[in-house]
Amino acid sequence: MTSTPATTADGTAAASSGAATHAGPALEMRAVRKVYSSGDSEVVAVAHADLTVGHGEIVALLGPSGSGKTTLLSIAGGLLTPTSGTVVVGGHDISDRTPRELTEFRRTTVGFVFQSVNLVPFLTAEENLLVVNELGGAGTMTRKAARARAGELLGELGLAHRAGNLPSQLSGGERQRVAIGRALFNGPALVLFDEPTSALDTKLGEQVMDLIQHEMRSRGTAAVIVTHDTRMTPYADRTVTIVDGQLSTDTAPPAH
Amino acid sequence: MRLALRELRRRPSRFTVATVVLTFLTLLLLLLGGLLDGLYLGSTGAIRAQQADVIVYSSNARDSFLRSRLDGEVRSVVEAVDGVSEVGGLGVLLLGGEVPGSDDIADVAVAGYETPPRGVPAVPPAGHGWADERLRDAGVEVGDTVLVGPARTPITVDGFVSDTNYLLQGGLWVDLATWRNTQNANRPDAFVPDDVVQVLVVSGSGDLAAAIDAATDGATSTLTRDEAVGALPGVKEQDATFSAIIYSTIVVVLAVVGLFFSLLTLERTALYGVLKAVGARTRTLFGGVVTQAVTVALIAFVLGSLLALLAGAALPAGIPLQLTPGRFVFTLVALVVAAVLGSAISLRRVIRIDPASAIGSAS
Repeated sequence: MTSTPATTADGTAAASSGAATHAGPALEMRAVRKVYSSGDSEVVAVAHADLTVGHGEIVALLGPSGSGKTTLLSIAGGLLTPTSGTVVVGGHDISDRTPRELTEFRRTTVGFVFQSVNLVPFLTAEENLLVVNELGGAGTMTRKAARARAGELLGELGLAHRAGNLPSQLSGGERQRVAIGRALFNGPALVLFDEPTSALDTKLGEQVMDLIQHEMRSRGTAAVIVTHDTRMTPYADRTVTIVDGQLSTDTAPPAH
Repeated sequence: MRLALRELRRRPSRFTVATVVLTFLTLLLLLLGGLLDGLYLGSTGAIRAQQADVIVYSSNARDSFLRSRLDGEVRSVVEAVDGVSEVGGLGVLLLGGEVPGSDDIADVAVAGYETPPRGVPAVPPAGHGWADERLRDAGVEVGDTVLVGPARTPITVDGFVSDTNYLLQGGLWVDLATWRNTQNANRPDAFVPDDVVQVLVVSGSGDLAAAIDAATDGATSTLTRDEAVGALPGVKEQDATFSAIIYSTIVVVLAVVGLFFSLLTLERTALYGVLKAVGARTRTLFGGVVTQAVTVALIAFVLGSLLALLAGAALPAGIPLQLTPGRFVFTLVALVVAAVLGSAISLRRVIRIDPASAIGSAS
């Protein structure tokens, strides 16, 4: 297990950063509010949330179903725009960006690991990493450079020998590692994990969390991990709880 | 696009049904088009081969060769019209012909001419003629004497010409005197005097049709070559009927592509949500759908074309199927356009996929 780095009052971790660096935290949400209309009434999914995640810091976002944690994660990743408030990721203010700008932002600045891994089933492990580059847009690497990057990541994730395998030929843990590799491909400032252990038993869940912790730490990449499983929170530098759209005070878990 | 092509390569079975259906629709399009072309070309060759600008009928013929009669007096008037440079007589007679060594009667269009049509040599001696390739298919060979009509009028074949048929009967091009003799021997009820022809083929400059009809004081009805082709019995009706079926089939192609790729897009909703979440643009994903639709259409075109060529080789010679390069190009363009338009039906669905759906989803 890796030791937990010290966390400052504003959440800025003291870990070394191997990811894209800039002045300011990896994620800064200020007075974020998200309201959905439902007929004549309004449903507040997130109410006045303030959250800061420093470079290389791992934050667990804990909450029951319907608490607003998915909405908060989606806003942090540029999948949803807040009704009000400010969201800055990797130095980019995305609060008022157009859907097209957000698409480019997601491709270049954040990484996602989804609940069911969601690899492209007909692509090999290597191609699942390259797909991010093949989506086009600004900053696209040459094919040669992209393949070198994918090979490097797969090697670091212990999957070099599985590069040519389809997801159906990989174990659950290997698929999870490929998904992490895809999230890290573009060197994001922030990786967002959506319930990464929900479909796994305790042992495999712990292995996955250990892997996430190791990969984020070694790169100095910040991560927000949505979970409802308190057994996984010790792997984070701190835990933020959300209930009914309200963020609670940060709690630093014991070192894991 | 690369993603779309990889899926096609790695999961071909997913596209098998669409490819098979489009292959058979391609075959249908080519066979229908080939039959239309065969009927059209086989019916109109004798007129399309004329190098004249206009064709002059008698005004009471209602633009029919067989009803038209023009005498020497009218011909003199036509020859005197300003702008007219060349005038030739033409007459056509439809009969059966006995072919040496064959038990079947060949359908023959005995065409008497003065001005050689495109690809037809100079007027042969009396009693001789140039036969269309269609008659070769009926067993005629160079040097054979075909006995035409109930009077068994002999015409000796000196050589072959192509694409000169009339109303699906094999052209047999003779001098005007031989045509008249054959007509009068076999159809005495429609006797043709010595200086009479059915129509005049006229070359020249200016508005010939109006000038000729004015000069003959309404005794003639003059059509351009294309109008004369359209005036042949059944040609317009064939074209309208086959075109309606062909365009209906193209609509079916569009519907098949639209339905298939709509279902495929529906099935891919979760995948597209994930790809959008990681930065895929709608136009990239939609471009992939179009790429797959066009690729499936191209594969179906190749397979359908091969089947059509096999069918063309296997069909009896009597079926007027003619697979022309133009028909293949038309079918290819129609398939590609239908594939693009059909796949465009999925555009709205692709646009509406919310990238946020990738988060919080367990499937």
